[in-house]
Amino acid sequence: MIRFLLERLLQAALLLLVVAFLAFVMFRFAGDPVAQMVSIDTTMEDRTALREALGLNDPLPTQFAQFVMRALHGDFGLSYQLGRPVAALLADRLPASIELSLIAFGLALLVGIPMGVYAGLKPESWLSRAFLIFSLAGISLPTFFIGIMLILIFGVELGAFPTFGRGDTVDLGWWTTGLLTPSGWHSIILPACTLGLFQMTFIMRLVRAEILEVMRSDYIKFARARGISKTRIHYGHALKNTLVPVMTIAGLQLGSIIAFGIVTESVFQWPGIGLLFIQAISTVDIPVMSAYLLLVALIFVSINLLVDLLYFLVDPRLRMSSK
Amino acid sequence: MTHKPLSSLCLVTALALVPFASSAQTLRFAAQGDAVTMDPYVVEEVFTSGFLGNVYEGLIRRAPDLSIQPALAESWELLSPTHWRFHLRKDVTFHDGTPFTADDVIYSAERVRAGASDFKNRLAADTEVVAVDDHTVDFITTEPNPILHYTWANWYIMNRDWAEANNIGNADKAAAEESYATLHENGTGPFRVETREPGVKTTLTAYDGWWGKGSVPMNISDVEYTPVPNAATRVAALLSEQLDVVFPISVQDIARIEAAPNAGIKAGPEVRTMYLTMNQWRDTLPGSGLEENPLKDRRVREAIYRAIDIETIHARILRGRATPAALMVAPGVNGYSDTFKRYDYDVERSKELLAEAGYADGFSFTFQCSNNMYVNDEAICLAVSNMLAKVGIDAQANVQAKAQYLEAILAPNMDFGMAMLGTTPASLDSHIALYSLHMCPRADENSAIWAPEDQGQIIAGKSNFGGYCNPEIDRLANEILIETDEDKRNALINEAWTITTEDVAYLPLHQTWAAWGIRDKVDLQIRADNVFDWRYVVMPE
Amino acid sequence: MTPEQRPNLFLRAYDSDAGYKFRRSPLTVLAGLILVLMIGAAMLAPWIAPFDPFDKASIDLFNALIPPAWQSGGDPAFLLGTDDQGRDLFSTILYGTRTSVFVGAISVALAVCAGVTFGLIAGYFGGLVDAVIMRIVDIQMTFPAIMVALLIDGVTRSFMTRDQHSEMAIVVIIIAMALSIWPQVARTVRASTMVEKSREYVLAAQVIGRGSGAILARHILPNVMGPVLVIATINLGVAILGEATLSFLGLGIPAGEPSLGTLIRIGNDFIFSGERWMLIYPGLTLALLVLSVNLLGDWLRDVLDPKLR
Repeated sequence: MIRFLLERLLQAALLLLVVAFLAFVMFRFAGDPVAQMVSIDTTMEDRTALREALGLNDPLPTQFAQFVMRALHGDFGLSYQLGRPVAALLADRLPASIELSLIAFGLALLVGIPMGVYAGLKPESWLSRAFLIFSLAGISLPTFFIGIMLILIFGVELGAFPTFGRGDTVDLGWWTTGLLTPSGWHSIILPACTLGLFQMTFIMRLVRAEILEVMRSDYIKFARARGISKTRIHYGHALKNTLVPVMTIAGLQLGSIIAFGIVTESVFQWPGIGLLFIQAISTVDIPVMSAYLLLVALIFVSINLLVDLLYFLVDPRLRMSSK
Repeated sequence: MTHKPLSSLCLVTALALVPFASSAQTLRFAAQGDAVTMDPYVVEEVFTSGFLGNVYEGLIRRAPDLSIQPALAESWELLSPTHWRFHLRKDVTFHDGTPFTADDVIYSAERVRAGASDFKNRLAADTEVVAVDDHTVDFITTEPNPILHYTWANWYIMNRDWAEANNIGNADKAAAEESYATLHENGTGPFRVETREPGVKTTLTAYDGWWGKGSVPMNISDVEYTPVPNAATRVAALLSEQLDVVFPISVQDIARIEAAPNAGIKAGPEVRTMYLTMNQWRDTLPGSGLEENPLKDRRVREAIYRAIDIETIHARILRGRATPAALMVAPGVNGYSDTFKRYDYDVERSKELLAEAGYADGFSFTFQCSNNMYVNDEAICLAVSNMLAKVGIDAQANVQAKAQYLEAILAPNMDFGMAMLGTTPASLDSHIALYSLHMCPRADENSAIWAPEDQGQIIAGKSNFGGYCNPEIDRLANEILIETDEDKRNALINEAWTITTEDVAYLPLHQTWAAWGIRDKVDLQIRADNVFDWRYVVMPE
Repeated sequence: MTPEQRPNLFLRAYDSDAGYKFRRSPLTVLAGLILVLMIGAAMLAPWIAPFDPFDKASIDLFNALIPPAWQSGGDPAFLLGTDDQGRDLFSTILYGTRTSVFVGAISVALAVCAGVTFGLIAGYFGGLVDAVIMRIVDIQMTFPAIMVALLIDGVTRSFMTRDQHSEMAIVVIIIAMALSIWPQVARTVRASTMVEKSREYVLAAQVIGRGSGAILARHILPNVMGPVLVIATINLGVAILGEATLSFLGLGIPAGEPSLGTLIRIGNDFIFSGERWMLIYPGLTLALLVLSVNLLGDWLRDVLDPKLR
């Protein structure tokens, strides 16, 4: 167990280094940060001086080495565009993204799993079919399209929900939360629905497929033959056995929540790290982009580790084989 | 907006009854991007310096009609053609309570010319700034400059004591440490920054000690600024009454907002001129596959000019919210004249000109365009490309976001056959447009245009990436700079514009209109340079 | 095959399990029809479309923003109306669908090939191979599609001239989408393989001395294809949506060469101005396309998954 953990941690560190390198290299090609920081009338001489001062003329390995050394100290430099320490910018924006992702993810699990279980246990009922069609519609509509439509209908036409931003936030020192004010909850509903819908339908389909499969497996048949009650079969055996793949995929979906968070945050102007990243791309703010990618990698590696651990704990077959 | 006259009347009455400072009105305002920094010398960008103009003040300011008004300087006089004297206002304090004196002007004159300041051209490096007494400052220039103070409306005065106490050094874009001035301010303006979260929200409150209190109808006590880059989100937020003022509004959204019961539009022409620049200096035209450069031929440039149907672009893409332009400066800029006319749209004449020049079968070139810098820039670009196809010219539109776009067209790449840009003369005078866009971009008369080894030193013609060069314009621009007689000066400007129009140096398109979405019953003044002066905002009680 | 065998084959397909399930689900039949119709129309776009959106000289700005033919102000020549440039919307949607389907199909095909191969190898052999492959998968999945696209976009920009790059835009998106999908396939295949390989039939095959390649291809592959098909189907939709999202964010197909995403991005600018047909019809086309793909995928899974037989 400890060896397994250590191995994983070492791999994670290596992974982060590779991501750092990729993040660093890719953004050296994503456009000229100098062009963004000056006006059209700035002379060529001033622009050359600026390029020199930013270290953009150093050889790539030198730039990368400096980048890693500073990153290890949590120092990602100053944002080219905003002139603020990148670490502070990310720390300011992270709570908004985490709250949105968790609420959206919670919504997806809370609604998706029961729908999936029902559709899997009673595949022929009309409600199951309705769920399935609804889920297909949810998967078939692009996130940005859903967001725009929600804004148009609930924000503009009905005026029921705010269409942008986080509402009032409460500062808890190291964390600013929107979940302690009515306007904060009011503001999170539309973006969380937008972000959660795809995940919800995805999870529902997954749970349904797994339940269908498990219900046809031999041990459920045996359980039935042994006269174990339906409820116990459904929730004790079937649901438990579907949890493994659901957990893997759902855990991995957190990564896609972060990705689609970028789209949702930009549609709703949600002041999280995704919005920061999109703004950084359009202004070629290399320090912000690199730090963002590293952060996403870090989050993802942690989720992966956690999923692996749970996987390990839940599925006895894997535990056996690893011994 | 049908009840507007009535509600305005009510407002005026209400205003008369309510004392100035007693109201607690919050202006909730959103635009595309955030102010980049609170340091007024780091970036010259319309929105950032316009935003800071509510916090900091210059010696002069521009009124809503863009005329020059005294601000921190009460008055000024010319002692000799090279010697200016500015008399400072005496009752001014910075937001921290420190009184404003001549020493602050001297400090600001030092800092604005040092380091990576984006405002170095506000004061020539050899201009001497001398404090005569606590409230009188002299500016001594080496050459006469009749428009010395024209660009000073956004040269904001900073406080020396505050800057030194907080270790604020020179403006620096590549700094390793965050400057105190990035997040904090100490201006003299009507508003002070209360909280600032860059890219998220900035809140400001009215400064009680502001010297100009009562001189303007302003009744707002707080301002909440949120950057909202997405145009549709801005409109939605205005229509759902989460915001009071949003800018800019896309031309196609104007009708929707005008039809809404709770919001309206204020629109007017901008002082920015949109134009096409044609590459006239490269020996081979980028993207053409030709050995020569057809755009060096004046007839070809006129053919392109005549192939563009500006009226249809105006009607269909800009929905009438633009002013077709014949000159590289807008109405309102000194030296503008409506005697200049556009070359008529004439496809047949265009084809004739191309045939005369030897390109009856047309040719192709790279057409660089942006998609997030100007009003409907992408649509205009594609329309121009389609129109040129009708005379046989294949303008291959390459539409990119600002960063990639600027990288392609600015020196040293200048990789374009044609490109679309906009220009706003900072001084609102023709000279700067002639100087940076029309003078030959070369180190001296004997060197080649944009010679690689000289590119770093080019200042005159620094934005002339198309490489237009006519020595006559160089001579006129230099004369205009030092000519102090206004009539003579304007005649020289007119002569210069006549030559550039005859040469088809550029292809001016139009001045687009800026449209502001405003919640019902809110009143404000819009300016042609898109600066939002909060002093003129009146909110309903 | 000889011509005489054909009706025979058709009848056999019609009578088969799959054919029976297909006939029994009207929704699937409908989806199949729609999909065939849409893909057919898209492939034949150059012959069906009334206008050629790539012929710049034929586009007249004067025709801009004409509403669909049945609305007031509509023009019968432009069935679904025109966009802000005066291009016929029906024609651009046909061409756009062609681009979207092409991008989606190729990128999923690439992703499945890579994902199945690496997933089988990782799951079956375990150990170092597994660790290396799974770390690569992790790296890949760390970068959401948008960022993968940006990475490839940036690298290609630096190696190619501008003209080459805009010609390569579609290839760049395909690679980006394939790269963002294959790890999911690999992970699923690996997980199933790890479970399958401890089953008796695999152990039996090992005992009688079959080679690893044969075991993987003959025994394990068919048993892990079920989940792969689910993932592949969902991801065909996802790839099409991904292209749309990238194009919507302005990182995708250039505006001159319409894809459904690019059309929606342009249409979105007109959402408040009344010209909603520019958003609605490309949006509906996209949704219908992806919906049909997903419905058909559901049916395919029911039929082809060996475990469900």
